[in-house]
Amino acid sequence: MPLQYKKNPADVVFLTTTAIAAFSVIIFIIGIFYILVYESSPAIGRFGLKFLTSTEWNPVKESFGALTNIYGTILTTVLSLLIAIPVAIGIAIFVTEISPNFLKAPIGAAIELLAAIPSIIYGMWGLFTLSPIMSKYVEPFLKEITAGIPFVNILFKGTPMGIDILTASVILSIMIIPFTASIARDSFNLTPSIVKESAYAIGATRWEVVKNIVIPFSKLGVFGGIVLSLGRAIGETMAVAFVLGNNHRITTSLLDAAATITVTLANEFAEADNDIYLSSLFYLALVLFVMSFITLAIAKIFLIKAERKYSR
Amino acid sequence: MTNAQKRKVEGIIAMTLSTLAAAIGLFWLVFILGDVLVHGMKALNLSLFTNDPVPAGVEGGGLRNAFVGQLMITACATLIGVPVGVLGGTFLAEYARGRKIARIISVLSDIMVSVPSIVIGTFIYAVLVRPLGHFSGWAGAIALSIIMIPVVMRTTENMLTLVPWTLREAAFALGAPYYKVIIQVVYRGAATGIFTGILLSIARVAGETAPLLFTSFNNSFYSLNMNGPVASLTVTIFQYAMGPYDSWHAQAWAASFVITLFILMLTVIGRLIIKWRYGGR
Repeated sequence: MPLQYKKNPADVVFLTTTAIAAFSVIIFIIGIFYILVYESSPAIGRFGLKFLTSTEWNPVKESFGALTNIYGTILTTVLSLLIAIPVAIGIAIFVTEISPNFLKAPIGAAIELLAAIPSIIYGMWGLFTLSPIMSKYVEPFLKEITAGIPFVNILFKGTPMGIDILTASVILSIMIIPFTASIARDSFNLTPSIVKESAYAIGATRWEVVKNIVIPFSKLGVFGGIVLSLGRAIGETMAVAFVLGNNHRITTSLLDAAATITVTLANEFAEADNDIYLSSLFYLALVLFVMSFITLAIAKIFLIKAERKYSR
Repeated sequence: MTNAQKRKVEGIIAMTLSTLAAAIGLFWLVFILGDVLVHGMKALNLSLFTNDPVPAGVEGGGLRNAFVGQLMITACATLIGVPVGVLGGTFLAEYARGRKIARIISVLSDIMVSVPSIVIGTFIYAVLVRPLGHFSGWAGAIALSIIMIPVVMRTTENMLTLVPWTLREAAFALGAPYYKVIIQVVYRGAATGIFTGILLSIARVAGETAPLLFTSFNNSFYSLNMNGPVASLTVTIFQYAMGPYDSWHAQAWAASFVITLFILMLTVIGRLIIKWRYGGR
């Protein structure tokens, strides 16, 4: 590390400028946290932590609680992960182990293009194309096959409308597949080929190599990728805003409309007409910020750990 | 069935399922892009680019205001975000290289990249929109630039790290001060990479909607005034698609088609440059 720049005044200027630019990220994060706390302090003062456990969302009575939003956020996120993880891992296995070499790059790139499509396009496509398909074919079918199974049929009660938790989760899952798949692929690729070759040499099948060698070796990275997608799914707004309805109720059926934190913010922020309403929305934004920040930090820790392990 | 046969069958099943998963991924891509293409092409015409919106429910009209507004907001966001991002990346890769502070800022910007964009919208609403009393194009541009900065910063950092240290030593040996080495030697070596990072970061923010909902808001009139509400394609798509009129839906599809095409083009060009210049994945 040369320390020569300390001698030259122009260097000090350049150093300071670049340092300020770099520290802007820290300033933004602290600034966002501070502003959200400050703006939501009336709501925090009035509802306290009960805000997190109250299901009431009533602008007329000026009584607000976040539980329906948190419930919607967690439910759609978990459901979309359940759909996305197997597919994403499958894609990663296909790209690293099965596909012929000339197909690897194009398929990998195609899957990553899925991540580049803006979320508003997902939302619009979901509203006009996917939602009718879901309400006409998929949801009645799911309803029928689960009708006789106790407990499971609770999940598919109600009229299939297409604007519901299930449709939103399917769209979210399509959006997060590329993130999970590309991180899983990168982690799989880091498995030392000598270990894989030894397994093949003692007669393991391709699937056994994946199951017993590749996945155990890269599980840290894959897990980091999954948590990262979880963070993305928590914060996704537009794709969900189109197809979730905006229904502040806790529902057990996946065929009901619901609300997530992001959807509530997108729909109600510009029309909040009194201070406590707006402050409650800031409180919601604060909850979302903290939730996603913690999730993303956990993902980052896992990915750093994985990186260290592989570079050894 | 013998054990060997069982293992073989199990392997075939697992491999088939994986292939199926890849097919599902490609299926969604083709399905979504095809759908946007079909609906978008149908509604695409010249009047979309040259005319302003007509009153709700009336046929015809266009989205000139939204195209111009989108360009203005994205351009301003780029003008704010890129210098800050590149300079910040320079600090991380050069002056603070290997120090703890560089590591901390890198990790924080990685987290910042994925922070929900709607939260950034609420933040800008609180610090810029409400104190000033009106929505503005500037607020939208600044919100987008906050999303952009960490993206540009991280790619710049990575690209500068790739420039061999010996190159700098050669310049130091000639007696050049560090800032000159950075500007005249290091930047030159990393220019393509930084440029690609900028392209990808524009692609990332050009499709953002949530942070614009309550910063630049929307404007159904043609306006070049960045101090007032400015229309953007994405917010217009949201409003039109949720609206009740078929003509609105058609225009929303056309706008989606244009914006998707633009973003995918930037992404593909960016990736091709990286592949051509740096090889590998």
